[in-house]
Amino acid sequence: MKRYVIKRMLGMLPLLLGITVISFGMMHLAPGDPTSITQQFNPRISAEDIERLRSYYGLDKPIYEQYWQWLKRLAVLDFGQSFSADGRPVIDKIAERLPVTLWINVLAMLLILVVAIPIGVASAVHKDSWFDRLMTVFVFIGFAIPSFWLGLLLMIGLGVNTGWLPISGLHDYNWQQMSFWQQQLDLARHLVLPVFVSAIGGLAGMSRFMRSGMLEVIRADFIMTARAMGMPERTIRYRLALKNALLPIITLLGLSVPGLIGGSVIIEQLFSLPGMGLLFYEAVMARDYPLVMGITVIGAVLTLLGNLLADLAYAWADPRIRHGGRK
Amino acid sequence: MLIRAATRVNPASGIRTALLAMGLVVLASCGPSGSPSSDATIDWNAIPDVPAKGDRIVDASIGDASNLIPMIAGDAASHAIASQLYLSLLKYDANLDLTGQLAKSWDIAPDNRTIVFHLRPGLRWSDGQPFSSSDCLFTLRLIQDPHTQSAYKTDYAKVTAAEAPDPLTFVVHYDEPFSPALASWASLAILPRHVFEHEDIMHTPLSRSPKATIGPYRLVDWQPQQSILLRANPDYFDGPVWITERLTRIIPDTATQFLELSAGRLDLMTLSPIQYTRLYEKKAILKRDYKRYRYLDFVYTYLGFNLKHPLFHDVRVRRAIAYAIDRQELVDGVLLGLGQVIATPYKPGTFWVNKSLNPRPFAPERARRLLAAAGWKDHDGDGILDKDGRAFQFTLLTNNGNKQRADTAIIIQQRLHEIGIKMEIRLVEWSAFIENFINKHNFEAVILGWSLSPEPDQFAIWHSSQTGPRQFNFLSYSNPVVDSVLEAARRTFDKQQRKRLYDRMQQELFNDVPVVFLYAPYSLPVIHRRIHGIHPAPAGIGYNSEHWYVPKPAQKYHLTEIQP
Repeated sequence: MKRYVIKRMLGMLPLLLGITVISFGMMHLAPGDPTSITQQFNPRISAEDIERLRSYYGLDKPIYEQYWQWLKRLAVLDFGQSFSADGRPVIDKIAERLPVTLWINVLAMLLILVVAIPIGVASAVHKDSWFDRLMTVFVFIGFAIPSFWLGLLLMIGLGVNTGWLPISGLHDYNWQQMSFWQQQLDLARHLVLPVFVSAIGGLAGMSRFMRSGMLEVIRADFIMTARAMGMPERTIRYRLALKNALLPIITLLGLSVPGLIGGSVIIEQLFSLPGMGLLFYEAVMARDYPLVMGITVIGAVLTLLGNLLADLAYAWADPRIRHGGRK
Repeated sequence: MLIRAATRVNPASGIRTALLAMGLVVLASCGPSGSPSSDATIDWNAIPDVPAKGDRIVDASIGDASNLIPMIAGDAASHAIASQLYLSLLKYDANLDLTGQLAKSWDIAPDNRTIVFHLRPGLRWSDGQPFSSSDCLFTLRLIQDPHTQSAYKTDYAKVTAAEAPDPLTFVVHYDEPFSPALASWASLAILPRHVFEHEDIMHTPLSRSPKATIGPYRLVDWQPQQSILLRANPDYFDGPVWITERLTRIIPDTATQFLELSAGRLDLMTLSPIQYTRLYEKKAILKRDYKRYRYLDFVYTYLGFNLKHPLFHDVRVRRAIAYAIDRQELVDGVLLGLGQVIATPYKPGTFWVNKSLNPRPFAPERARRLLAAAGWKDHDGDGILDKDGRAFQFTLLTNNGNKQRADTAIIIQQRLHEIGIKMEIRLVEWSAFIENFINKHNFEAVILGWSLSPEPDQFAIWHSSQTGPRQFNFLSYSNPVVDSVLEAARRTFDKQQRKRLYDRMQQELFNDVPVVFLYAPYSLPVIHRRIHGIHPAPAGIGYNSEHWYVPKPAQKYHLTEIQP
């Protein structure tokens, strides 16, 4: 097992290197550079000023040299400094944005699991019943509805017209004067809508996945055997079948690890949340190369680790895989 | 002056607006239309108009500030905050005339090469240190320093010598007379020498937490990407500053901003034409609590020709296109009537406009005659004009994500089709547009806009020497009269004389039609009615924002004195 993990980890290195080469190249192939976004087209700024800024950022060097410089710094975990006017370290900017995105995504993921698994199981057990059909319609509406539209409707209904929930942002104006528990309550109230809107799209996928997994297991031979042996139906469904049907969910969870830090541009923009999605989007738009590369590398590492974790967890949960190699 | 790029490219925004409108209709019919705000019973007209200290004004910005050192910051959000903290020697007043800010007055030497600033006596930085001419000299040296990566160096590189003979006098010398130089002293924010002296300007914590400022407000709190809180400077020399706090919330989405406004949680917002008309009219609470203002924005939109392209060599062709476009139709269709048609590159109604010039009327017959005179006729009967076997067709480029420009292009396309010109439209992402098309002069025609500044010098845009890569005469306009007028105007400080020169330039531009000037949109702010002291002027409304106030009975936020 240990050898397997080490082998997989070593295998990641060339993969990671490849990812950085491609994303670095693509980023620099995109037309424009950091100086072209804010500073060009202002007649107060001369062409010489632009040239000077370009050489300050090292953009006048050949691209392979820029990549090499960047890679050397990355080797000692230095992600460099943002090209935007604040010139702050990339790692600080990411650290500042990460918690919000992480919180929303983890909460949304929990909400999805808590809601989607029972829906999926119940739909499978009562296949083709009115409940199953209703849920099918419901989750597909949730899947199809544009999240920004749902978000705006909820903001108008619950925020503007009734005033029950805050419309946007993370904190109320007088947040700093609140006691600790008031602050937590305030934060929770601000998170209700974004978490709900982020979760609604994921419900459909997860519950359909659960439903089909459950259906497959219920039809399997060992369930038939259990029934023949006279086991109570409840035990069959919720002990035997459910356990086996949950296996694929592990893979899905592993694959969603990078998504946890990814953040959603639409939801963050709509609800004015300082998250990773907007950070990355704005960095790309401003051609802030160090920041784009920093987020890309962290995302790539997490994706690879997520895959590894999913494989390991799968092996841990499923004896067929764990012992498969020894036959 | 800079081209307005849609800083946030949002292809879905059109659909979103439509869906939002649908949503408003749906919910308006089922939800209560009452508001959560507590001031529902106040009759705003009955409030006595007496200034009082207190209250807070809450506004929104689509982006966070990045750097509060004005000479380093490039973004509007940073400048909006920094301009409350640091001041310049000069400023523009309500009528867009230069007036003293940190300087009390200034003299220009008879040879027009030396400016002497007389500073206001008794000014102090917020840490108690006196403000003096050594701060001015230090700031000038700082922006001239090769290590300082400022985008605004060019104007100050022309200063060949400067001195501070006494604490209240600051003198700058130029090698040759350069009248736009005076305006440059309205945009160089003076920094405190005693604080910045031993700092590396490119890497200093002062960029995000200033130690000593001099403006009407001071920075108290900055939650990155969320909010910036300013508090009134009790020692402000041009005070008192009535409104105690200014809170700027960072709300990247204008639809969200509008919802916050509808819930009474923003005091100030600049609306889009559709929000200003239909959405505002529908909401009783907005009509009751917010007052709409409108004034011409400092931007204009134009259709520009690549004058190196053979299609547009003939001035008759360019004039024909100008006659074929119905500008009022553009203002009505694209801006919902909230703008003005223009004839010259100056803001209508201001001093520098040549008032004898009027926009060309919509006259398609005249356009056809001009084209026929230039040899463009429909010989093969396919509905498109041709000449020497070549059909009159070209591609118009503009940047995507700017719906007003795209709509403008479509309306123009229709109008040109009617006189037999085939125009295709291509939308390109902003930086690709600049890099691959504008900088390489690789286009036939474009729709773009210029921002205007109160300083009338437009040398960089119209002078024939400015056609190199990355320079701003990318239309390759060349007219010896315009060149000499622009040069002469740079050498004269006399306002009337400059005006005559720029009038001449506008006349030449009008005759040559290197661009078809289309329209200037209105800026459309709404402001909460409890805020008094707003006097719309040619400069807009923001020029005196530090003197706005809320009469005592109308105050909304009752602030407790807690220093965070």
